[in-house]
Amino acid sequence: MTARVDGPDKVTGRARYAFEHHPDGVAYAWAVTSVIAKGAIRSVDAAQALALPGVLAVITPDNAPRLPGTGDPELALFQSRAVAYRGQFVAAVVAGTLETARDAASRVVISYEPEAHDVTLTAGHPGLYKPDFVNPRYQTDTAAGDFDGAFAAAAVRVDATYRTPAEHNHPMEPHAAVAAWHDDTLTVYDSTQGPSRTAGQIAVVFGLEPGQVRVIAEHVGGGFGAKGMPRPNVILAAMAARVTGRPVKCAVTRPQMFAVTGHRAPSIQRVRLGAAPDGRLTALCHDVVGQTSTLKEFTEQSAVATRHMYAAPHRRTTHRVVRLDVPTPSWMRAPGECPGMFALESAMDELAEACRIDPVELRIRNEPAVHPETGQPFSSRHLTACLREGAARFGWAGRDPAPGARRDGRWLTGTGVAASTYPARAMASQARVTVSQAGRYEVSIAAADIGTGARTALLAVAAEALGVPAAAIGLRIGDSALPPAMIAGGSMGTASWTWAVIKACRALRDQVRDRDGAVPPGGLTADADTAADVSALPAHARYSFGAQFAEVRVDADTGEVRVPRLLGVFAAGRIISPAQARSQLIGGMTMGLSMALHEESAMDPEFGDYPNHDLAGYHLAAHADVQDIDAVWIDEEEPELGPAGAKGIGEVGIVGTAAAIAGAVYHATGIRVRDLPIRLDKLLTRSEP
Amino acid sequence: MRPFSYVVAPDPASAVAMVRERAGAVFLGGGTNLVDLMKLGVAAPGTLVDVTGLLSGRTERTAGGGLLIGAGVRNSDLAADPRVRAEFPVLAQAVLAGASGQLRNMATVGGNLLQRTRCLYFQDVTKPCNKRVPGSGCPARAGEHRDLAILGGSPHCAATHPSDMAVALAALDAVVHVEGAAGPRVIPLGEMYRLPGGEPDRETTLERGDLITAVELPALEHAARSAYRKVRDRASYAFGVASVAAALDVAGGIVREARIALGAVAPLPWRARRAEQVLTGRPASAEWFGRAADAELAAAAPLPGNAFKVTLVRNIVVAVLGELAGARAGGTA
Repeated sequence: MTARVDGPDKVTGRARYAFEHHPDGVAYAWAVTSVIAKGAIRSVDAAQALALPGVLAVITPDNAPRLPGTGDPELALFQSRAVAYRGQFVAAVVAGTLETARDAASRVVISYEPEAHDVTLTAGHPGLYKPDFVNPRYQTDTAAGDFDGAFAAAAVRVDATYRTPAEHNHPMEPHAAVAAWHDDTLTVYDSTQGPSRTAGQIAVVFGLEPGQVRVIAEHVGGGFGAKGMPRPNVILAAMAARVTGRPVKCAVTRPQMFAVTGHRAPSIQRVRLGAAPDGRLTALCHDVVGQTSTLKEFTEQSAVATRHMYAAPHRRTTHRVVRLDVPTPSWMRAPGECPGMFALESAMDELAEACRIDPVELRIRNEPAVHPETGQPFSSRHLTACLREGAARFGWAGRDPAPGARRDGRWLTGTGVAASTYPARAMASQARVTVSQAGRYEVSIAAADIGTGARTALLAVAAEALGVPAAAIGLRIGDSALPPAMIAGGSMGTASWTWAVIKACRALRDQVRDRDGAVPPGGLTADADTAADVSALPAHARYSFGAQFAEVRVDADTGEVRVPRLLGVFAAGRIISPAQARSQLIGGMTMGLSMALHEESAMDPEFGDYPNHDLAGYHLAAHADVQDIDAVWIDEEEPELGPAGAKGIGEVGIVGTAAAIAGAVYHATGIRVRDLPIRLDKLLTRSEP
Repeated sequence: MRPFSYVVAPDPASAVAMVRERAGAVFLGGGTNLVDLMKLGVAAPGTLVDVTGLLSGRTERTAGGGLLIGAGVRNSDLAADPRVRAEFPVLAQAVLAGASGQLRNMATVGGNLLQRTRCLYFQDVTKPCNKRVPGSGCPARAGEHRDLAILGGSPHCAATHPSDMAVALAALDAVVHVEGAAGPRVIPLGEMYRLPGGEPDRETTLERGDLITAVELPALEHAARSAYRKVRDRASYAFGVASVAAALDVAGGIVREARIALGAVAPLPWRARRAEQVLTGRPASAEWFGRAADAELAAAAPLPGNAFKVTLVRNIVVAVLGELAGARAGGTA
């Protein structure tokens, strides 16, 4: 088992995160945020703030530098007086100390012209429309056969509506950036999942050439999608540095993260399943209603997984979205698949009960031979193997399906299962490998290790490809000055980066071999670019799959839910670093448990914000909530997606967990909770007498 | 956070004088709540008077056989005290049910009693709150109030007192020792807290500058069989949705005395005296535990989003009393 190569730096505090960089003369920016959900800024009175000793500048829509690139309205900081959501950055203070900046920010007086806001998502909202595509570029709707006719004629029908709340990513390290200008070039230490992408977007905002912006992200304390793109704090740091002529730091507070760093939009999902008495699906429909902001369209693709999970001749998926006066939703671990599979897999559990078929068997019975909508072959699909392996390990055989029938003291007990899936993709990346005459190798790629163990995996892959010990290799990542690479997102990092790294390593080996092993005094360099390889990928269906099993106990007096056991079995291509992979998978499952039982950003209709905006009000699973949890994988090699044979494991772990737990709660209590989270009040019944 | 002064008080009388004489001065104990409120802008004291060095950090036996707990005793030390664990298990359990190990290591007994509500609107200075800004309104009634009060609230405020420890102390008839401008005095815990009525900003009967120096637990033989049950939305590190502290004295199957206090359901640690009265002299049975709970909850006035707490409180009162009655029966069998 490979130890995490950055472990010693992290546990000794040597690893430096963005905010821990202290350029000489650094100043601090603190954002002033909107207290209305819709309207305009009438005036800004900065006099009190400017009067505080140590205040360098107050940046407002009146005096902010004009930004040439305002294509992303979330990054068009202070370019307009309009307010699109509560908590939006509307002004900022720059000061010599953090404390002064924060104090001064509270003294900036903003007068608003508020307008009536609409922040409430409903299934029949008159503003719902059909977007041109859903995240990232999937078709909005799909259909095959005659769903309506087949559903009406089906022997067994399930028609249920599921709801998931707004959820926030909450990486342990809030977003933070330190920006410094040197003439016309900008260097930013940023907490980002993608240095190349972030540098490119910052350059666009400031009207610079890509080479004029360098983004360094050596260590990143988690992202879960929230750091996949630059957020307003980065732009604020760079703008404030421009205005003051000093390097500037800007970190987002935890409450601010509920507004400006993205979140998972709430969803209302109707799933209809029609089946023959033997459980074989004849009709399948998944209709999703979601929301986005008035600034940007982001439509969570919650019905997309339904397109490839199960065979059914008559089928339909749709997405509708409404623009509300809310913060802009964005990527959060398995956007689409995570909420969508809660609905689909919960409905499958309901169908299993309706057909009196074991829920593991029901899924196996509906395995498609090819992609059910496109007819494309699957590059590798081992869902059935995951379900069978999981059932054997979990002790599923002989499960009595009767709900509410088992009790252990005050605890009602039950078990549940759900399938998991996530696309297996790769994006073009570049890498460079050098070798010195002394036999020292250096691998460079602008990848990011957001705590996943990417360094460890890349080093292992490079060592194998070069045929040298890892100790002979220096690995440089986390810097946009390195060969550009895909972000650490979409479970694409490992497949994308290893593809480029292995390609460069092989090219270097070829060079060395061509010279009969003689490395010249200046060393040798090999560059690789996978753009052509990626675009030549065959039009096949490529996905990871998994099976999640959960055991729950529900307190009969209080409705409190405990999860004594969670097991995930995954088919996710070749696993490169087992220790890090297990950590990623059980991390995803823990986040799925947290989604099932705890997480909810509650919208306050009067103010238009999420009032539970800190980690006391927004519950994540605590250590005590996670008991026996395990993730294993079956042997699988992805044949198409690059030479490492990997598929990516960042997201498949979270998908399906909530449905497995919800199914187990139903098995324990007889109460089917279709709106997350499953909090105790939804399970509470009056004890007798 | 605004700039503030920090002073260390040498003794209780000086501390009281400092807070009385300096505008915007407040006592600083463990700081686990106050510092958060300062960061949020909810509290903006001009001076912090640090009393951690002058308050007793010890728990001592009283002449009457009870315990005198110094106001400077850290929560973790209180929960670990062998006398507390043996004689007042409800208190040890309540303290351990609160916060996290790190917070309990910092938090003091005095500060725990005077911590502020975690109502979301109280903690957000961009919104109205009658407790924070009298007369500004209460958005919780129409907004997020799942965690708020079902007992003792008023149209002006439905905030709950967040302490677990104080719920156990309420059940145990604890007495608060206070140093004030006129010297030391004692106040029964139940008389220290105020219901909000039309003045939710006034939470206690303490005068400006009053310093809690100790909490006294009178001896209570049957408190050795007492228990605390906290219901929360995750397994640890969460404020209560509802809790019950109870002690039961049963002889021959008949309740001689019941002590019941409820947490997370009222603006103060809620002594369930009506339930206690119903139960006294009655069989220690689930039926009577239910009747007692119903009698207490008859006064409940929940909001739409926390009506479930009525059922929840009833269930846990019946469950905890049942366990205590069973433990007693088991113990004598």
